[in-house]
Amino acid sequence: MEGITKEFPGVVALDGASLRVAPGEVHAIIGQNGAGKSTLIKILNGAYRRDGGTILLGGQSVDFHNPLEAQLAGVSTIYQEINLVPYRSVAENIFMGREPRRWGFLDRGKMNRDAQAVLERLGVHIDVQRPLSSLNIALQQMVAIARAISTDARIVIMDEPTSSLDDREVEVLFTVIRGLKANGIAVIYISHRLDELYAVCDRVTIMRDGKTIDERPIAGASKVELVARMLGKEIGEVRRSGVTGFEHRGERPAGEVLVEATDLQGARLDGASVTVRSGEIVGLAGLLGSGRTEVARAVFGADPANGDLRVRGKPARWKSPRDAIRAGFGLCSEDRKADGIIPHMSVRENLTLAALPALSRHGIVDRAEQRKIVDRFIDRLGIKTAGPEQTIRELSGGNQQKVLLARWLCLNPSLLLLDEPTRGIDVGAKAEIQGLIDELADNGLGVLMISSELEEITEGADRVVVLREGRTVAEFDHADVSQDTVMHAMAHGEDETARRRDGKTARRPVEATTADVSSGASVSATLDEPGGSR
Amino acid sequence: MSQSAGQTVSRPVLPSRPATSGLPGFVRTYSSLVALAALIIFNIVFTPNFLTAGAFNANMTQVATIVIVAVGMTFVIATGGIDLSVGSLMAIAGVLAPMFLLDAQQFGAPAVGLALAIVAPLIATTLLGAFNGTLVTKVGLQPIIATLVLYLGGRGIAQLLVNGELRELRNLGSPLISSFEFIGLGQVFGVRFQIIIMLVVVVVAMWVLRATTFGRYVLATGGNPAAARLAGVPVNRVKMTVYCISGFLAGVAGLVVVAINRSSDPHQVGQYMELDAIAAVAVGGTPLSGGRATILGTFIGAMIIQLLRFTLIAHNIPDGITRMVIAGAVVVAVLAQRLRSS
Repeated sequence: MEGITKEFPGVVALDGASLRVAPGEVHAIIGQNGAGKSTLIKILNGAYRRDGGTILLGGQSVDFHNPLEAQLAGVSTIYQEINLVPYRSVAENIFMGREPRRWGFLDRGKMNRDAQAVLERLGVHIDVQRPLSSLNIALQQMVAIARAISTDARIVIMDEPTSSLDDREVEVLFTVIRGLKANGIAVIYISHRLDELYAVCDRVTIMRDGKTIDERPIAGASKVELVARMLGKEIGEVRRSGVTGFEHRGERPAGEVLVEATDLQGARLDGASVTVRSGEIVGLAGLLGSGRTEVARAVFGADPANGDLRVRGKPARWKSPRDAIRAGFGLCSEDRKADGIIPHMSVRENLTLAALPALSRHGIVDRAEQRKIVDRFIDRLGIKTAGPEQTIRELSGGNQQKVLLARWLCLNPSLLLLDEPTRGIDVGAKAEIQGLIDELADNGLGVLMISSELEEITEGADRVVVLREGRTVAEFDHADVSQDTVMHAMAHGEDETARRRDGKTARRPVEATTADVSSGASVSATLDEPGGSR
Repeated sequence: MSQSAGQTVSRPVLPSRPATSGLPGFVRTYSSLVALAALIIFNIVFTPNFLTAGAFNANMTQVATIVIVAVGMTFVIATGGIDLSVGSLMAIAGVLAPMFLLDAQQFGAPAVGLALAIVAPLIATTLLGAFNGTLVTKVGLQPIIATLVLYLGGRGIAQLLVNGELRELRNLGSPLISSFEFIGLGQVFGVRFQIIIMLVVVVVAMWVLRATTFGRYVLATGGNPAAARLAGVPVNRVKMTVYCISGFLAGVAGLVVVAINRSSDPHQVGQYMELDAIAAVAVGGTPLSGGRATILGTFIGAMIIQLLRFTLIAHNIPDGITRMVIAGAVVVAVLAQRLRSS
């Protein structure tokens, strides 16, 4: 694939991206959210049409109109959610649409025998007459792979194939991938787990902002390097140029402990801990899938999680976000459209949604008071809108975000959980929002700020907590923070401070073993982190 | 139309964005009102005796029960749900009321019997609404399946309660019965009492949707449940409540029907009502996807469907064609809605 471009209304998703994969090669694509990975593979597998660029498959120019055409040409995709029919048998799933026939009737015997043969090529032994739904996810994935190779696939695309597998299942998958490789099939492998790339991939393509940033053999690349390239940073690069709207990092006296979450366990969480005091901004860093969003949602009572949650020293047990809101918490989510705005409602309604109980007597909304508050916040945050009655989805991303911030600010909260507060927001509004967060913390608000942008973390946060695979692996005071140290912790998770602070030495060997198994190589090469905050 | 249209969210018949397509803005915005006006004018010109008290009363009597049920349906649909059980709940209310009326002597004072004949069916249908709500919120069934349970089973309950028999009220002639019949046939200042019930339901519902916290929660829940939950909206409680409201209003409509007919037939009361109500909501401009709702629109939508039916019957059009025309009206209304929101 060469010079691929793709534009969606208002967004350039791909801007001259390239991908070269050789037969028998396992090729990783990595990049942050929105880097264009999935768009690129969706163009390759026919789900999207490209706007520009060329695709050569075995030297021949191709242009797939739909996924079926791509499959017939030998490009198969195995998605995160498995696209098979759960109640049909394994064999039926493998040969669906191409069932062997005799005298016009389904030749079930041949179908079962052939299915068995394909699976055995993968080293998987299952009864092909069982319904697919009776298999676990890992085996279902094997069936999906069997289906792909039985169509004589030349390229198999795997999108986050290990996201729901345990370590042993991952090993089996890797064995299968190596088998595909030995048969000359190319595998395109998308994963956020860097360790896996070393275990199974030959080359890696790094994407950022719709462009291909780099393409190289995985063997020579260090994890920190990969992370740096994904984020668009150079190792050793120190930028303190005031590009963000944050000004008072580290100058605020931190107050009482507002929330203390220890050893959170749950979906994507495996021992995450974080503490936020009043009057401080805690930056929560980590790669995609490291559990950042899950930490915020657990602290807010949005998802169930086990672990110890204390609010102002007292144990808290949230049944729903309502309880957390009553305790003075607010959460601005990562995806404003999915779980932030109520699209058809006006700016006024969206802004005061959380404040309605406070704004009403006997369930009747005090419209005059509501208007006053809305006008005040439109003015104070400089929300650009035609008026309070304008529908929120007509506003720009930055202004929507301001409305959502105001949704909490009008409740005079003590803690804000901000998940990617400036994502998808233009530069000007971004600095404004950062300045606002800064000012709020000056005035005693506790802020937990999740960000994929290193500057935001290093320039904005008084304290930085780094997550990796659902676990808190490092914590830095502002004085010790640099983009390098944060990136290093995101990539390796090796950190003296975390170990010392937690005192949970028991977990270390376990982690080391898992890392060794899945990477096939030692990951003990550790840079020394500067001393932690406490 | 303009930013000054204060209640844009509660009345999406008046969208806040300017009209963008070629259609005249007025027609686009008030398409349902325009359709209603056209029907009325057509009837004034072509239907003999349309402008008589008799025709007016006939139409309003028939539309009242549809409107009452459709208002409840509007709340449910506004949360992104649907309630198929309303017709069956009407039947249950319809068979419960006579049971208390006919056995009134058991309750000592006749007034107690009358009160029970009204209150008990309403409590029953509200609780059955809560049952729907529980299936949706606690069990997590899709609303269409959850309410299908009582759509199918509810009429069965009604039939079992009276062994499938028709209960006649008219032959009894007790003062109790005539008091009960006031619900359907009585008049206040020359206006049928059921029309007053309908108007009260419409006005209260409009106010609830627009001015109360609950009303805003209903629209937030339908507009984006995930976001609403994160903003502290008690999403499950809101859903539960709308199904209770729908059950309660179905009960009211059931009582009205029994009072008008002076009889209660568990097979007939409320039959096809769920479909009429959903059609009224759709024609009125409330999108079935939730998040937006217009009570006034539902009222107008019910009037349009009733007048269409009346017009076709008055002109001796066969029933089959009547049904097809109403189906066509629903399609046109939904298409008009799509044009408006795109």
